[in-house]
Amino acid sequence: MSIKSPETIISKTGLKKSINTSGFFVLPYVIFFFTFVILLILISVMLSFTYYDTINFPHFIGLRNYINLLTQDTDFMQFALPTTIKYALIVGPGGYLLSFILAWILAQIPHRSRTVAAIIIYSPALTSGVLMTVVWRVVFAGDNRGYLNNLLLNMGVINAPVQWLQDPKTITLIMLFVGLWSSMGIGFLAMLSGILNINKEIYEAAYIDGLKNRWQEIFYITIPSMKPQMLFGMVMAIVSTFNASGIAAALTLSTPPPQLAGWLIVDHMNDFGFGRYEMGYASALSVVLVLMVLLFSRIAKRLFGGDNE
Amino acid sequence: MKLRLPKRRAKYLGQMINPERFHKSQIKFYLILLPILLVMMLPIVFIISHAFKPLDELYAYPPKFFPSRLTLDNFKQLIKATSQTGVPFSRYLFNSILVAILVILFSLLFGSLAAFAFSFLEFKGKKVIFGANQIAIMFVAVAVAVPRYIVMSRLGIINSFFAHIIPLIAIPVGVFLLKQFMDQIPRELYDAAKIDGANKLQIYFRVILPLVKPALATIAILAFQSAWNNTETSQLFINDEALKTLPYYFGSLTLGTSSIAAQGISAAASLIIFLPNIVLFIILQRNVMNTMAHSGLK
Repeated sequence: MSIKSPETIISKTGLKKSINTSGFFVLPYVIFFFTFVILLILISVMLSFTYYDTINFPHFIGLRNYINLLTQDTDFMQFALPTTIKYALIVGPGGYLLSFILAWILAQIPHRSRTVAAIIIYSPALTSGVLMTVVWRVVFAGDNRGYLNNLLLNMGVINAPVQWLQDPKTITLIMLFVGLWSSMGIGFLAMLSGILNINKEIYEAAYIDGLKNRWQEIFYITIPSMKPQMLFGMVMAIVSTFNASGIAAALTLSTPPPQLAGWLIVDHMNDFGFGRYEMGYASALSVVLVLMVLLFSRIAKRLFGGDNE
Repeated sequence: MKLRLPKRRAKYLGQMINPERFHKSQIKFYLILLPILLVMMLPIVFIISHAFKPLDELYAYPPKFFPSRLTLDNFKQLIKATSQTGVPFSRYLFNSILVAILVILFSLLFGSLAAFAFSFLEFKGKKVIFGANQIAIMFVAVAVAVPRYIVMSRLGIINSFFAHIIPLIAIPVGVFLLKQFMDQIPRELYDAAKIDGANKLQIYFRVILPLVKPALATIAILAFQSAWNNTETSQLFINDEALKTLPYYFGSLTLGTSSIAAQGISAAASLIIFLPNIVLFIILQRNVMNTMAHSGLK
């Protein structure tokens, strides 16, 4: 912001009166927020009731997309939906729990080593998922040059190299591992600083009142004192797991991956939207996804927010 | 006067959370942490070592984790290679940097203006808009690529430089964090400035902004990440090769092939994308932690 001073510019352009209204402050953001968040969701909902191939004007077909989704789309029912739920249930709560445990452990060590450790734990969340797959492709390579195969062969655990990235079962496992590995993001930082900011006197008082051990300390003092950060962390965990896409395709270098292993709803949606140009159907899928996120957040709120609603 | 404390108190080592210095009781935590840190770090160490590996060692059997000889060949190849349409590396880099800077500037400016209004001003619909913003934290951006395409083509920004910037300006979680941070500022400060005759914009610019620098730094990081790592825009909304950005270019260079030679180049590319992220975070991490203390959702 190297401009001289906003006041001079504004008095010159005669905007002096309008800058004292609240609208001046909110409108710029609200315009972008409305256009690229709210409007997109509204359009998604509307398109989900239509057939739209991007060339002809969308025409209304009622609930047919949703009916097809539930009754005809076996790829969705057999692969995309269960994989997404599995991924969300393991990487969501798993990453969340891991974030809390690691944040708590980090709070037990002095500042300097804590900072270094926090940066290391947070850094995987900074890697943009798909580009990172070069690592996983080498680690899990199917020949004896793969790091994992090499290690296991040397240890005598296996006799022949395992095709980690061909078998749907191991593809899913690797995907879950990669998801967990990169799940300590902004929610983890929120929880860490939540723990560090709890007033020390509360602990002191609790111990005088008969708190016996550190487990009691965690459940009676730490968690209740940082409920808002716990909820924030939970929401971030849910959002980031449902935002995941394209991991299996990048790992196996094929879209769709073998036997649709690791096929998530977002992948399915992109396939219909930008692969087959069935925008109406893709929109129905995205509505389902948004509803799932809301449902999961509701449950999270029940668990942690409770008292405010 | 002597205070008589119950026996249990003798064992209590004062508050153990956020300790000032090392104590032997912390050893167990280090023992748990070390293997975890190793797993977290390994892939990134691997990217670094792979990026500097010469070609013959990429082919080596058994595979060697650390290269015995360091080389910049992978980076040189990456920079020399041009896409099929002849757009040079420097063009993608320039696009990426410009996009990141503009996204940071606009999201900071508009986001902080709005957060200021949410925190200090009273206006109609404030609760509704902020409530919508709070729900929008859960927004699954990838789920609405289809309507995003429609809106952008209606706005006429498909295949233009604006396509990179405009959709990324609104960061609901950023505005939320900024507003929470501003809520910590005593209201008296605002009132005092008002009595001194300052108008709202002056108060925002002179009084409030300097006090919320940590939160601004945090939003800048979020904005940078969303812009710098973005491949979707180049993939779906841009046709002109010369307008695409670095991560997309790297992806197109390396994702299609599984050849071993491409692995070294891939690793170098990943490192170039990853480094600015981590460096920025390390520089600003104190600010981020400070902001996150006010992140609580209710």
